[in-house]
Amino acid sequence: MSLLITGGTVVDPAQGLEEVWDLLIEDGKIAALEPPGTIPGEGRRVVDAKGLVVAPGLIDMHVHLREPGEEYKETIETGARAAAQGGFTAVACMPNTRPVNDSSSVTRFILDQAARAGYARVYPVAAVSVGSEGQALSEYGDLKAAGAVALSEDGRPVASSLLMRRALEYAKTFGLPIISHCEDLDLRAEGVMHEGLVSLELGLWGIPAAAEEVMVFRDLNLAYLTGARLHVAHVSTFGSVQIIRWAKSVGIEVTAETAPHYFSLTDEAVRGYDTHAKVNPPLRTAEDAAAIREGLADGTLDAIASDHAPHSSLEKDVEFAAAAFGLIGLETSLGLSLKLVHEGVLTLRQLVEKMSTNPARILGVPGGSLKVGGPADVTLIGLHQGWVVDASTFASKSRNCPFNGWALRGRAVMTIVGGKIVSGEQ
Amino acid sequence: MPALGAGPYLSPEGRMHMEFRRKDLLGIADLEAGEIRHILDTARSLKEISTRPIKKVPTLRGKTVVTMFYEPSTRTRMSFEIAAKRLSADTLNLTVAASSTVKGETLADTAANLEAMQPDLLVIRHQASGAPHYLARRLKCGVINAGDGIHEHPTQALLDLLTVEEAKGTLAGLKVAIIGDIAHSRVARSDIHAFTKMGSEVTLAGPATMLPPYLETMGVRTTCSLTEAVTGADVIMMLRLQLERMGQMFLSTLREYSAHFGLATRHLALAKDDVIIMHPGPMNRGVEISPEVADGAHSVILEQVTNGVAVRMALLYLLIGGEKEG
Repeated sequence: MSLLITGGTVVDPAQGLEEVWDLLIEDGKIAALEPPGTIPGEGRRVVDAKGLVVAPGLIDMHVHLREPGEEYKETIETGARAAAQGGFTAVACMPNTRPVNDSSSVTRFILDQAARAGYARVYPVAAVSVGSEGQALSEYGDLKAAGAVALSEDGRPVASSLLMRRALEYAKTFGLPIISHCEDLDLRAEGVMHEGLVSLELGLWGIPAAAEEVMVFRDLNLAYLTGARLHVAHVSTFGSVQIIRWAKSVGIEVTAETAPHYFSLTDEAVRGYDTHAKVNPPLRTAEDAAAIREGLADGTLDAIASDHAPHSSLEKDVEFAAAAFGLIGLETSLGLSLKLVHEGVLTLRQLVEKMSTNPARILGVPGGSLKVGGPADVTLIGLHQGWVVDASTFASKSRNCPFNGWALRGRAVMTIVGGKIVSGEQ
Repeated sequence: MPALGAGPYLSPEGRMHMEFRRKDLLGIADLEAGEIRHILDTARSLKEISTRPIKKVPTLRGKTVVTMFYEPSTRTRMSFEIAAKRLSADTLNLTVAASSTVKGETLADTAANLEAMQPDLLVIRHQASGAPHYLARRLKCGVINAGDGIHEHPTQALLDLLTVEEAKGTLAGLKVAIIGDIAHSRVARSDIHAFTKMGSEVTLAGPATMLPPYLETMGVRTTCSLTEAVTGADVIMMLRLQLERMGQMFLSTLREYSAHFGLATRHLALAKDDVIIMHPGPMNRGVEISPEVADGAHSVILEQVTNGVAVRMALLYLLIGGEKEG
């Protein structure tokens, strides 16, 4: 099948491109990228992208798809469909499933389910340790061969500094990055939200910014010691941004991501004990949110990932302290991130870097560019299309979205994976 | 609003108050100073009922008050029950051990089942901060927070205000020292809101492990010195030390805590001559407060208990005592 996308503004940072060009897709690959009007439309399906942004397919490098084990919250199929709906052509899914993805058989199961589902590419992230129990290393070589693209203990951070050191070294052996959920669980203690004035007033135990920052510093030290590739997940504090900025300035091999909720919300959202605002790391202060924006703008933070974490009402419609951490983000991530473009924090090109180019580079996966010969993963974005977040219409199985009712400007209009339109077909 | 005696309720100052239009009482943080004033004035007028030979008025006849206590409590639960009975409401007590929560029922389900029996008011104590708010959002009946986690204990703060105002004639400009484990204290949080809203100056004291950061942003002073806190104080409120905090690294030994943060007779000389000593109970005699001080001339600890009934009568009356329009 042949698909011609005409008249859109192609934004591809990998090629330094930001102009109106036509894009030809053939056999699931980018076949040509030419000035407007030069590729004939006869015999081809033509998509008029006038007024739209044509970007390399967005990649959300941090999601939880809950399958296997918690299919009542999300399945690979519903998660992949939510991804496509949100403009993502690929996602990387965290290993904290049941069973934990610490073996090639679970990794292959995820890939099989993803292939069956279609919609978006799914890249499994495997567990750092067996069962994510922090005792023994899992089989990184085997996992990589089965299709794992990175290692992580997201949600169950590595407490032992020695294990973290060995994990970084062992991952380096196989050329895999470690995605670190930086959190000192001891220091978090019974914390359920950011430690600050709001936690004090609500009588909820706080998670100090230090619980994240001491581990960011530890892991950067270990990355320096081992020369391994470290990626810091969901950066949420002013201090973490400072530490990572310093680490990059002295040449430590580190990349980092943040999530839209860390630059869109603050701990004030917890007032009223709204469990949809309960997430880990917790929503921080306005000062932290400003530092996150700055870190994105100056390149300290390389990627925006949603940390899509579906939960049902069983986990969320309870007392705040008893509620699970996490919120869904696949279908709001782009809209919230585009606010940064509208507000002048990021250029459009930077946004595409953080949501496509850089995630592809960090994970070493195909895509992230519209180069001829590459996979035809494309996201068409209506930069100024207004919409109102209504979680009841989401493709995700879960509804734990704190942005319900928000008016956003800009959304994915069409998502194309391997030349196939997976969302937005008129 | 049904009349207690006759005509609209008049405060001692002769001001006619607007109707108290809340469905719930969840915390002091939500209240305006005027509402607090109204509750205190109402409590003062109802207090007399408890001194009558027949301590009962028919005001809440036909109303049902359910108390749900997920944490052990003697004083607060009894106080609510006596308050309800003196106003002729029917009361029903649900304690956690006897309830269906041990069977794994969710708080929402328990509450929904209770509501199906059409109570007028639910009084809840729960170990989770925000649990009363959670219920109040879901239930049509009124909800009174009788203590939620480490968040608030609003009726305690109201009875504290009433007690101080009775002793001092005013709340404005008083120096109030609250001493002890502020971090874990819902009483402290409610008292901070209550006293600052009514114009008192609040100083908090305790070891730094028990004085969480950001307290100053609530409009109070903090110090790690008991001596400093009680100097010139009109009111000294000692908080109960929960003994299990030792194992949680909040303090070293009881001996040391008592030596540095226990209130003894010698401290009283530093305070105002007419200082009053308060404690929300139950006391650890010899830990945060010496028996001499607890039982001494400055102590108003039992007046607090008496006023607790009056304040709770006032709240029951204000929340379910009338037909609310709209």
